[in-house]
Amino acid sequence: MLNRFAAPEFQTIKDLTLVHPESINYTNGLKAFVFQAAELDLIKFEFVFDNVFDDAENPLLNTVLCSMLKEGTNTYTSAELAEHIDFYGAYLMPEYSFDHTALTLYTMHKYVDKVLPLVKDILTNSIIPQKELDTYIRNNKQSLLISLQKNDFVARRLFYQHVFGPTRYGVVPTPEAYDAIGREVLLELYYKQFRPSNCTLFIAGNVGDAVLGLVEDLFSDSWGASSGSVHPHPFQLVLPEGKLILESKAEAIQSAIRMGGLMVNRTHADFPAVQFVNTLLGGFFGSRLMANIREDKGYTYSIGSAVGNLKYGGFFTIASEVGTAVTKATLAEIENEFENLQQRQPSVKEVELVRNYLLGVMLGSLESIFSHVDKFKAVYFSGLDLSYYSYYNKVIQEITPANVQDIAIRYFDYSKLVKIVVGKID
Amino acid sequence: MVNFNRFKLDNGLNVLVHEDHTTAMAVVNILYNVGARDESPEQTGFAHLFEHLMFGGSAHIPDYDSPLQQVGGENNAFTSNDITNYYLTLPANNLETAFWLESDRMLSLAFSEQSLEVQRQVVSEEFKQRYLNQPYGDMWLRLRPLAYKVHPYRWATIGKELKHIEDARIEDVKAFFNKFYTPRNAIMVVAGNVHFDQVRLLTEKWFGNIPTGTPYHRNLPQEPEQVEARREEVEADVPVDSLYIAFHGPGRLSEDYQTVDLMSDILSRGASSRLYRSLIKEKQLFSEVNAYVMGSIDDNLFIVEGKPSANVSLSEAEAALWEALEKLKTEEVEDKELEKVKNKIESTMLFAELSILDKAMNLAYYELLGDAEDYNKEVSKYLSVTKEDIRKIANQLFRKENSSTLIYHAKGGQHAE
Repeated sequence: MLNRFAAPEFQTIKDLTLVHPESINYTNGLKAFVFQAAELDLIKFEFVFDNVFDDAENPLLNTVLCSMLKEGTNTYTSAELAEHIDFYGAYLMPEYSFDHTALTLYTMHKYVDKVLPLVKDILTNSIIPQKELDTYIRNNKQSLLISLQKNDFVARRLFYQHVFGPTRYGVVPTPEAYDAIGREVLLELYYKQFRPSNCTLFIAGNVGDAVLGLVEDLFSDSWGASSGSVHPHPFQLVLPEGKLILESKAEAIQSAIRMGGLMVNRTHADFPAVQFVNTLLGGFFGSRLMANIREDKGYTYSIGSAVGNLKYGGFFTIASEVGTAVTKATLAEIENEFENLQQRQPSVKEVELVRNYLLGVMLGSLESIFSHVDKFKAVYFSGLDLSYYSYYNKVIQEITPANVQDIAIRYFDYSKLVKIVVGKID
Repeated sequence: MVNFNRFKLDNGLNVLVHEDHTTAMAVVNILYNVGARDESPEQTGFAHLFEHLMFGGSAHIPDYDSPLQQVGGENNAFTSNDITNYYLTLPANNLETAFWLESDRMLSLAFSEQSLEVQRQVVSEEFKQRYLNQPYGDMWLRLRPLAYKVHPYRWATIGKELKHIEDARIEDVKAFFNKFYTPRNAIMVVAGNVHFDQVRLLTEKWFGNIPTGTPYHRNLPQEPEQVEARREEVEADVPVDSLYIAFHGPGRLSEDYQTVDLMSDILSRGASSRLYRSLIKEKQLFSEVNAYVMGSIDDNLFIVEGKPSANVSLSEAEAALWEALEKLKTEEVEDKELEKVKNKIESTMLFAELSILDKAMNLAYYELLGDAEDYNKEVSKYLSVTKEDIRKIANQLFRKENSSTLIYHAKGGQHAE
C-alpha cells in the first residue's frame, strides 16, 4: 500500500558546473569573453559599456541615449535598421541599467554576417536624428503620464529618490527633464561612452573561426585605437534616514507599499548570507512575509523583498500592494516580521528549507549557455571571478540559525528603513 | 524539434515525456482541460479562484509548497479562459517529490474552509490590483462583454465582478474539483533530465490508483455571427485617450490561425512593422499602437489598440487604424515583408527550445489542441501562409459589422476633438 503521507526521500542537490569563457584582449582596448555552445542555432553578442556621467549626474541622458542607438546612423535610417534586423529574424535590444548600457544582438547563426555589421555601424556612426529624438521624447512623456497614475510606479520612484538621493541611482525622469534634453549633449555622451576601451563584449553560442574573424574585422583595429581611459567617476551613497513617507491618493482602493534602504553588495563577504536572510524574510513564495501577509491574512495578492547589487553599493527593498483598509495592519505585520527576525533564531527546519530552495534555484538558473553568460557577468562586473559561486554555495550550505539571527541584527533593522506608502493609511 | 514519447494510464491520464540530458533539472507540467469558459455565468472567476485553492493542501499533504521548496523546487500556475496549467521545476534527482505532490492533489484536495476564506481575499486583492487600481485596468472587463454576447468568453478569467468571488462556497469548490480535476481531463508532461521508463514507473506508482471520474463533455453556447458594429465610450480618470478594436476571427484550431497570427505580426511586431512605422514614426498619430490575436480555442479575437498622441483626435486616430487595416484587404503584402515575419517565427521557436519549462508547456498545450506532434509542425504551417491567404482573411475580419470598439476618453480632455 502506497504511503501518501510520507514524502519521498530527499536527494542532495548537486553543485553547479559553470562554463569558463575564453577571453580575448584586442589592441584597441576591447575585451571579449567567448562562451562556446557548438550545438546552438542561436548566437548572442552583448556589448556592455560602463555608464559615463558628468559632475551633475543625469541618468536620463544615458537612458535616452541608449534608446536612440537604434534610431539612425550615417549609413542607415531608423527604418532601414529596423527592417534589416527584423528581416533576418534577429533581435537588437539596447538595455539601460544603473551602471551599464548594453546593446544585445540575438540572431540565428546562419545570419551573423548579415546583422553584426549593423551593430558596428550603430556603435560608430550613430547620428541621433532630431526628428527621431522628438518622437521618442513625445512618446515617453506620454507613457510617463500614464505610469504616474500607477501607485506602485510612484512608490518605486519615491523609493529611489529617498534612498539614493540626487545621484545616478536616485534621479528619476520628469516631463521637464525630457524637454531639457538636446541632441548635442547626447552626441557628446555618445562619443564619450561608446568606445572600445569602455566596452566588454560577451559572445555565446556556436562561436567558430568565421564568427571570430568577423568580430576581429569589425571591432578590432577598425573600431579606432585605444584612446584614453574613461573616467569611472566613483561616488559614495549616503545612508538615508529611516522614516515613513505617505503620498495620499484619495481615490485609491489599494495602497502601494515600498520600503528598504542601502545594503552591502556582492563585493562584501556577507552578501550571500544577506541574500539568504532576504529569501527567508520575503524572497520567495514560502517566505515569512508571504506566509503571514498573503497566505494567513489575505491582505495582498503578493508581497516580496529583494536585494539589489549595484556597482557603488547594494540596496534592499520590499514591495506590495494592499487594500487601503488593511494598509496600517500590513505595516504593523511587516514590522513584526523584522522584530521576529532579530529577536529569535529561525528553526533548523526553516533554515534547511530556505537552503535547499536556494540551491535548487541556483541549479535551475543554468538553462542555456546564455545563463552561463549572466552568471559570469554578475561576478565580473563586481570585480570577482567564478570562484565566487563556490563561496556562495559554501555559505548557503553552512549557514546556521544563529548566523541568520546575527545577519538580521546587523542588516535588517526596521527603524532604519525608508517606508513609502502611496494610497491611504486609514 | 522537440522529441517526446507518450503513454496513457488506464484511468485516462495522458503522459508525455521529453528527455533533455543537458540540464540537471526536471519539469512537471500538468494541464487541466478547464478554464473560465467552463464556468457558470453566475459564478465567474471560479476556475481561477480554484487554481489558488490547489495550493491549500491535499488529502494527505497539508501544505503543497514547503515540501517542494524543501527539495529545491519551485512552482506556479496560471488560468486562462481555456485552460488551467500547473508547473513545477526541481532538481531532477528529486523528481519523485513532484509525483507525490501532484498525484495527491489530483486524488483529492483537503477542502479547507480556512484556505478558501484566505484565497477569496487574496483573489479580491488581485482583482483590485490588476483590474481596478490601474489606468485602463478594467479594459477586458469592458471589451469582452462588448465583443461576446453569448459565449462564456464574455467574462475575464478574474471574473465579472468581485461579488462572484466573495460568494464562493466550499460545496462549489468540491463540485468543481469532482467535475474537472480528473485524470482523464489532464495532460501531464515530464521534461528534462529524466528517463521514459523512470517516468512511467513513477506515474503508475503515484497516479495509477486515482479514480477515473465522470467524463466532462463540454457543450458551450457558440457565439453567433456579429452583424453590426458595436461601440462603447467611457470617460475615465486616465491621463491619455485610448482606443481598442476587437474583431472576431479564426480560433486556435482553425487552419487559418497561422495566417491571422502573421497578419498581426505584419501590423505590429517589431520596429519595422506597419503600424509602428506609419502611425508612430511617420504620421506621429500615436504614442503606442499594437495588434495581436488572443489565441483562444473557440471564437478568437484579433485586437488592434493604441493611444493617440496629444492633440490628435480620437476620430482621426481611429480612421488611421482603419486605413492600415483596409490596406491589408486591398493590397497584397510584399514578398519580403511576408518572409520577414516568417523568419521571426523561426527564430522565436528556437528561443522556445532553450527552456525545458517552455518545451513542456508547449507540448501539453499542443496535445490539448489535438496532438503534441503538431508543435513540431508549427513552423512549416507558418511558412506555408501565402499573400493571398492574408488578403482573404483580412477581408473576412476587418469589417465594421465584425468590430467592437472601446474608447476611453481622458477626463478633463487634454485632447482636441
